[in-house]
Amino acid sequence: MSTISLEQIQREMAAAVMTPLTPDDNMRKEAPDGRSMERVAASFIAPNSRLTSFERLEIYNRQYWYRVLGALAEDFPALRTVIGSRAFDAMSVGYLKAHPSRSFTLRNLGGQLASWLTTNQHFAARRADLAVDVARIEWAFVEAFDGAEHEPLTLEQIATLDGGSYLALQPHLQLVELTYPVDDLVLNLHKQEKRQATEAGVKHDEDDHAPAKLPPIRRKPTYLAAHRVDYSVYYLRLNRGEFHTLRAIRAGRPLGEAIEAGVTTARVPAARRPQLVRQWFTAWAELGWICAPDLDRLVRST
Amino acid sequence: MSSNRFNAFSNHGIGIGLRIPHYEHIFSRKPVVDWFEIISENFMTDGGRPLHTLDRILEQYRVVQHGVSMYFGSVTEPDPEHLKRLKTLVRRTNTPWLSDHLCWGSVDGTYTHDLLPLPYTWEAVERTAERVRKVQDYLEIPVAVENVSSYAAFTASEMTEWEFLNEVVERADCGILLDVNNIYVSSVNHEFEPMEYVNAVLAERVAQIHIAGHSKYEKYILDTHDHPVIDPVWNLYARAIELCGPTPTLLEWDDHIPSFDEVHAEAKKAERYLNRTAPEMAQAAQ
Repeated sequence: MSTISLEQIQREMAAAVMTPLTPDDNMRKEAPDGRSMERVAASFIAPNSRLTSFERLEIYNRQYWYRVLGALAEDFPALRTVIGSRAFDAMSVGYLKAHPSRSFTLRNLGGQLASWLTTNQHFAARRADLAVDVARIEWAFVEAFDGAEHEPLTLEQIATLDGGSYLALQPHLQLVELTYPVDDLVLNLHKQEKRQATEAGVKHDEDDHAPAKLPPIRRKPTYLAAHRVDYSVYYLRLNRGEFHTLRAIRAGRPLGEAIEAGVTTARVPAARRPQLVRQWFTAWAELGWICAPDLDRLVRST
Repeated sequence: MSSNRFNAFSNHGIGIGLRIPHYEHIFSRKPVVDWFEIISENFMTDGGRPLHTLDRILEQYRVVQHGVSMYFGSVTEPDPEHLKRLKTLVRRTNTPWLSDHLCWGSVDGTYTHDLLPLPYTWEAVERTAERVRKVQDYLEIPVAVENVSSYAAFTASEMTEWEFLNEVVERADCGILLDVNNIYVSSVNHEFEPMEYVNAVLAERVAQIHIAGHSKYEKYILDTHDHPVIDPVWNLYARAIELCGPTPTLLEWDDHIPSFDEVHAEAKKAERYLNRTAPEMAQAAQ
């Protein structure tokens, strides 16, 4: 019988594997709890004629970080360009220490990056707010890309509802509130990234680890929808009233309250409201954004 | 003969892994391929392009699911959401069997997203077999476990890797996805004779075989799936076919992926060995 349990081995090894690498991509000499990593490795890993226990564990330590850093870089290419690859890697390590993967799929790895970045702004230096916006847009892309699609309601069906009715939004529709109008910037950076990826062997600037030079962008509250049409993701600017109405629908508020939230926030004059609301719902119905609510969820929330 | 209950008595011949760079070629040229292996996790989404693409593939091709995150050897229980999504996908693809790795990769709900090796202990045999059995019961299709390539061995191990594999599959009553490239990689990294491994495997439980390439480093070999299959691995494959009979075979190529035709041609080299044992299966693969 072995003296160390399977559970002990897995806890020790997972902790070691997920310990950040040194700046030279080597395993740290010291474990997070202060023990020598050499002793930690030797406590459960056997050496062979070519590799010590430490070196064998180091292979897994490197693989872990290469894999998770690569996954984040793939989902946030514009953020990486905006803050620079060196800062991006440091940010990613900080984020993953705080939020290691809790999902069976790497697809969900960056789910909390934007909100985490709002309280860890030093990674993005002077571009902190801009970086948070870029992260929000890029995560909205991930959600819109493979989110569910339900049968939408037609405008005629929506017209039969009253203020007490409940609606739902298309699950793949993502609503994003931004400090800067960075949607065009993100789209341009994605195009550049795609071009570079297809130009194999292209030589990048020596200092491409630095933040990219960006055109001047001024702060301006911006409301965005990321949604899917024919399996491709698009971004669409919304006005403030639309955004707040849609957000209230998503929060499960009755239709009348949702509309009130939108027109009040946007300070729409009473006389203009009926026409404007009709315009909104006509556009949303055409885009297929409005769906019937999930009855189980509705019962739970009321 | 490896048309057996662990692969639902299938006559699958030679398949290749379904990869994004090949989509355009597959949809425009509609090449004749016996079957595609998909990575289950890539399609366990709620909607969008991944599922649309999968449905288009399913209209014309047979698909077998291969997973990378079930972690049969992890001590903590699997995520129910993971199992639910996997079963939904199984119903969509009608996969005749499903495979994942004989490894662990998560602790207390935190995932490493790596295929970490297990210590070859009796405790690990019991825990792993129990989990395989539970997953197989839940999914209601045959499950095959794949031997992983590894870079570390444990001081706690009480048996060889092949003894461990055999014990787990016997107790779980499941199939084996025999990866002969992984056997070769591990044999170099752990200094054992790879043919001894192939000879010891319970041939009657082999549901599928994986072949692949790897990368050599100064002190070890890394399982990178980014090269053609080398001759020593073909030799192991030939021996496995001798022992198991004609077995559904799949070439993995996951990095620096060449053209579809190049990958397919590499996979079809397996016909040389299948022809020797069962001309009808090689013919099915053509």
